[in-house]
Amino acid sequence: MTESTPLWEVFIRPRNGLAHKHVGSLHAADAEMALQAARNAYTRRGEGNSIWVVASADIASTDPDRNAEDFEPALSKVYRHPTFYNIPDGVENL
Amino acid sequence: MYSQALDGKVAVKSESMDFLEEFQKRIDAEEKIEPMDAMPAGYRKTLVRQISQHAHSEIVGMLPEGNWITRAPSLRRKIALLAKVQDECGHGLYLYAAAETLGVSREEMTEDLLEGRAKYSSIFNYPTLSWADIGAIGWLVDSAAIMNQIPLCRCSYGPYARAMVRICKEESFHQRQGFEIMLALCRGTDRQREMAQDALNRWWWPSLMMFGPPDSESRHSDQSMTWKIKRFSNDSLRRKFIDATVKQAEFLGLDVPDPDLKWDPDLNGGEGGFRHGAIDWEEFRRVISGFGPMAKERLAARRKAWEDGAWVREAARAHAAKTRSANRRDSAVSS
Repeated sequence: MTESTPLWEVFIRPRNGLAHKHVGSLHAADAEMALQAARNAYTRRGEGNSIWVVASADIASTDPDRNAEDFEPALSKVYRHPTFYNIPDGVENL
Repeated sequence: MYSQALDGKVAVKSESMDFLEEFQKRIDAEEKIEPMDAMPAGYRKTLVRQISQHAHSEIVGMLPEGNWITRAPSLRRKIALLAKVQDECGHGLYLYAAAETLGVSREEMTEDLLEGRAKYSSIFNYPTLSWADIGAIGWLVDSAAIMNQIPLCRCSYGPYARAMVRICKEESFHQRQGFEIMLALCRGTDRQREMAQDALNRWWWPSLMMFGPPDSESRHSDQSMTWKIKRFSNDSLRRKFIDATVKQAEFLGLDVPDPDLKWDPDLNGGEGGFRHGAIDWEEFRRVISGFGPMAKERLAARRKAWEDGAWVREAARAHAAKTRSANRRDSAVSS
């Protein structure tokens, strides 16, 4: 089995004012080469003006099997949304 | 209910009927499946096979065209072809990365290709004999690829669908530059028109084969449709391609090399469509199994690239390791 080159996740900011967004991944020996490869692979048509690369091994993630515990409590808390509150007609700017 | 279809095997113990039905419900509700989600082993296996074959096709697909970069007839054609081949390389990379999210490594996939265990599109096992072939490839092969790929943008597996969206956006210039090459030849001298016709004659049938075996023989189709990996059958995509392309050939003033091709007003629910002649599936099976005219050269070129690049990959890793340990020493000294 051939030795493998680390995997990196690539994030690109399309333009100032927007957040970096995940666009894909690639293999590179170090961060500098990952940035060069990301530039060549993911910004050939003006897709952005800033690139982040993060070693995939460094990303921690929630477990989809625990989605019920993690995310369902948010669904039952309707009082966190403005539509939960009754305001009579005629009251303005609320 | 789907257990019997998992590549012909009985579902493994952990894949209870409930699990499989639950999974199918998510698919039927058009929910996307993401890398860490639980999925049937057959779904994973089908995707790894399809995505890696697709990636290999992009990478091997650089070879027939790369062959003409230095001989492009003008600077305009040369920069376009260079950009196209660079795109194919990028497409291979997006796809390998999508396959890797399913737990297969880039190195395993590369080795499967180099050892001849993995397949790639049969079309790239044909030679590019003249400049007109570069036009025909862009026009026919990329058109066929786009027709295959657009439905894949809606594939149930998230990373594959996202990769396909990027690829489809980039692919449309490939098709147009190919048609432009054909158009220039067709409006040129008699000799140039002959070149264009000769290229169409050689690439037409292999392009039709790109859609895969007829529906009656396609081994993987039914389950892939149920899992929404595939949205349309091989034959329906092939017909769509023919209907679009025959008219383009007419515009170019070229003859489609199919004496049995004829318009049938009853096809496509009364809108009409072309009926095509018999496809030589024996040739398709031969070429896809690695006996195409260029199959040996293609794999030899990939092996050479992989082996010649080994020291570069090794040196880059060694440099990275050295830099890491130097950084550790520095921070130990300064603290």
